[in-house]
Amino acid sequence: MNDVTIGIGGAAGDGIDKSSETLAKTAARSGLHAYGFNSYQSVIRGGHIWLRLRLAENKVSSQGDHLNALIALNQDSIERHAPEVESGGAILFNADKLKVNIPIRDNVLTVPLPVAQLLKPFAPVAPVMQNTVAVGALIFLFGLDFDTTSGVLADTFGHKGKAVIDQNVGILKAGFEYAKEHFVPLGYQWKFSGKRRPYVTGNEAFSIGAVAAGCRFYSAYPMTPASGILTWMAEHSERCGVVVKQMEDELAVANVAIGAGYAGARAMCATSGGGFALMTEAIGMAGMIEAPVVFIEVQRGGPSTGIPTKQEQADLNQVYGASAGDFPRIIIAPYDTADCFDSSVEAFNLAEKYQCPVIIISDLLLSEHPETVEPERFKADVPIDRGALIKEVNGKNGHYKRYQFTPSGISPRALPGTANAMYIAPTDEHDEEGILISDVFCNPAVRRKIAEKRMKKLALALKDLPAPRLEGPADAEVTLIGWGSTAGVIREAVEQLNASGTRANQLHFKYLLPFHQKEAIDILKKCKRTICVEMNSTGQFARHLRAETSHAVSEKILKYDGEPLEPGAIAAQVRAILKGQTHSLDVSESEAREIAYHYVRVRLGDEVRPGKIGKAESNGYGEPIWKVEIVNRETGAKTGELHVGIQTGSTYSWQPAN
Amino acid sequence: MATIVELPIESFEGIVDPDWCPGCGDFAVLKSVKMGATKAGVSPKDMVIVSGIGCSSNLPGYVHAYGVHSLHGRAVAVATGIKLANTDLKVVITGGDGDGYGIGIAHFIHAMRRNLDLTYVVMDNQIYGLTTGQASPTTMKDHRTKSTPNGNVEFPINPIALALVSGATFVARAFSGEPNHMADLIAAGIQHKGFALIDTFSPCVTYNKVNTYQYFKKRCYRLEDEKGYDSANVAQATERSHEWGDRIPIGLFYKSEQPTYESSEPVLRKGPVVRQSMKIDKGVFQGLITELM
Repeated sequence: MNDVTIGIGGAAGDGIDKSSETLAKTAARSGLHAYGFNSYQSVIRGGHIWLRLRLAENKVSSQGDHLNALIALNQDSIERHAPEVESGGAILFNADKLKVNIPIRDNVLTVPLPVAQLLKPFAPVAPVMQNTVAVGALIFLFGLDFDTTSGVLADTFGHKGKAVIDQNVGILKAGFEYAKEHFVPLGYQWKFSGKRRPYVTGNEAFSIGAVAAGCRFYSAYPMTPASGILTWMAEHSERCGVVVKQMEDELAVANVAIGAGYAGARAMCATSGGGFALMTEAIGMAGMIEAPVVFIEVQRGGPSTGIPTKQEQADLNQVYGASAGDFPRIIIAPYDTADCFDSSVEAFNLAEKYQCPVIIISDLLLSEHPETVEPERFKADVPIDRGALIKEVNGKNGHYKRYQFTPSGISPRALPGTANAMYIAPTDEHDEEGILISDVFCNPAVRRKIAEKRMKKLALALKDLPAPRLEGPADAEVTLIGWGSTAGVIREAVEQLNASGTRANQLHFKYLLPFHQKEAIDILKKCKRTICVEMNSTGQFARHLRAETSHAVSEKILKYDGEPLEPGAIAAQVRAILKGQTHSLDVSESEAREIAYHYVRVRLGDEVRPGKIGKAESNGYGEPIWKVEIVNRETGAKTGELHVGIQTGSTYSWQPAN
Repeated sequence: MATIVELPIESFEGIVDPDWCPGCGDFAVLKSVKMGATKAGVSPKDMVIVSGIGCSSNLPGYVHAYGVHSLHGRAVAVATGIKLANTDLKVVITGGDGDGYGIGIAHFIHAMRRNLDLTYVVMDNQIYGLTTGQASPTTMKDHRTKSTPNGNVEFPINPIALALVSGATFVARAFSGEPNHMADLIAAGIQHKGFALIDTFSPCVTYNKVNTYQYFKKRCYRLEDEKGYDSANVAQATERSHEWGDRIPIGLFYKSEQPTYESSEPVLRKGPVVRQSMKIDKGVFQGLITELM
């Protein structure tokens, strides 16, 4: 099976996203699968942006472990990533400005593109058009279809008119023809099925699921990485009949959504961890007044403002614990992009059926990375279950009990505007009719029964939710446990382990609350050894699993550096655990280089870069250190040395060369 | 202009009696809200009263209509969601000065600049009553309260001036000592197309011994009795909004006809979203997928 990963490196504002989308859509229109992940920074211009795009004949579920091509848009990207390009691959760059000035692997093709010369016939053109030259050369080298790519460009620039399309296609052709003249293709023989697939992010899938499910109200305050839902909804608001309201803060966002849900519109809002913290009081209100609302919490690196453009799964405790008191809430953690669509639809139905807040917990990776999804996974005709909703009430006031005590705990809901059903929805504790029992009528018996009524709904909701299943060989030596967006990367790690002789299987959780205790216990007691893989530093899900099942996982693989998990790295860590090795938290050589890059950027400037790295034991710092040579970018001459603690990661000293 | 069918005030009579202190200014506001609703021709099934938390926020519980007794400071936001979901409903917000001018002030300001068709009745007693007498955002300077035993060092919020600069299109003040006047203003506020603020002096007889009925009776005068006062003139309204001393104006400060948020929102031109089909058109849906290919 052909499986290629292309890396595009540059600064923010270099047009990396667009180039990647052109390549991905070329693949997606040819019948290949694509998976992209953009490791970006919280800046609009500058910084280091590193986008990986994986193209394959079969479905792929992560950005993978490999690098087969590099399009470098600045020198920094060559220095950092050219050595990672694997044998048989290629490095493409603008030869007018950049050069390969560091050792690369054997049998890697360097493709210096004379960009200025190739762009001359099209002058004047924006500097960003260098990307299109590189894309043209790359599709030749990797055997992708020129006409498909030019079709993608024609659609992308369709709104700008024929002249812009012709210019883009012309430049693409110039890059393609240059490569054809000077290089031989890298030998990829793709099996193009020709099936066209959409290239979709999780945020888009959530939004499309919402409008299919009849969402009529969406509120938000801009916050990365949830903003994509707001912009999609705003753009499609009129077409899909959704009132989209940007509010003054997340307190307002949650409260307007609850107001809309109470009034009978299917209502949703989304945010990230910090915004969700502001919404928490309102979530308790939705539980108390039994208003159906869907919340999406798109996690990013925390705590506090944290790393806004980076990946983490560390808001689980917050989502479980949001708001005061006990109240029913449903928590769904979608496991891939297509599942974001399903989860949206499901969340609206659950919210109305059980009249409670439903929280979808996503993360930056799931919400923002695009991948190809089978088009038939998106259905216009989805089930819409509005639960117990009464249209008409006969009789006088007092006969309709909004919070009627029922065996199921579900009380039929009348919407404002219904005759003879007037009631107050109170955040104070109340009786069946909504009359307060918090002040003068406080009554322990009524309080007990209304509290039980609300919570009972969860036991019923659990029956609607599919139980977790063990995937892979039942007699595996090790079971990898995860939740939410990591399903795909863990699956790939399990495949790698089984392929290399370690029998492994996978237990993944999507429905976090209510929790399938019995089913989980039945599976876990048969597992020989369990490893929980999650993207936080404390093992939040492992702790929750233990609370629900009494099962303490044997080990944890935790990643919290902001970058997504990679299948090969998980597999390697599993093998190490099985060999009894303890996981070292020391700074690795490549991490020492990253720490040096940080120092260079802040203190030394663009003229220098990290060079050779070596260890030193006795040094007076009380721990072994990495000695990182800092060299001049142009000449390679040593300009000084940086000392980085191997255990602490502290940047101890900078010693300039004389 | 549609004919107004006035229902008897009893049709708004709730089944629970208020638990306010005897003499509380909120009784008059409760009566005025019911009277205002009848005068405006609203029927209980189409009325939603939304409140926050505090003594005055218990008001929806005493009215026979739909209501949400929401969170402290969030009534305006909840009301905004209700109105956007179902523009056929008459949404009236009731609450206190702490609720609206303290913890909820961001929503108050933004709702005004949005000009949604909402009516906001604030029972301003210049004190936190339910928590037994701490300073509120409208407590006067030097007023000694439980939380300002040496006298309040802060200046009070001026809700009328704030409403005028925030773009409210109906700005009025009433006094619990004059309930019929208050009811007329509430009725006018409900009928006004856009955001209406009716700030009411609703004395707390238990915890505010400064701003009493007597205090206001001596000082309040009606703007409509002032020769030459033009409630369409924002400069005049602004000038009067700063009048506080021997004379304090009540009545309609300012009114302006501006497009409402609802009328500017394309999705709502087809009517309330709660009445629209929940099924998405297949062609529209296919378009959403095709644009990702």
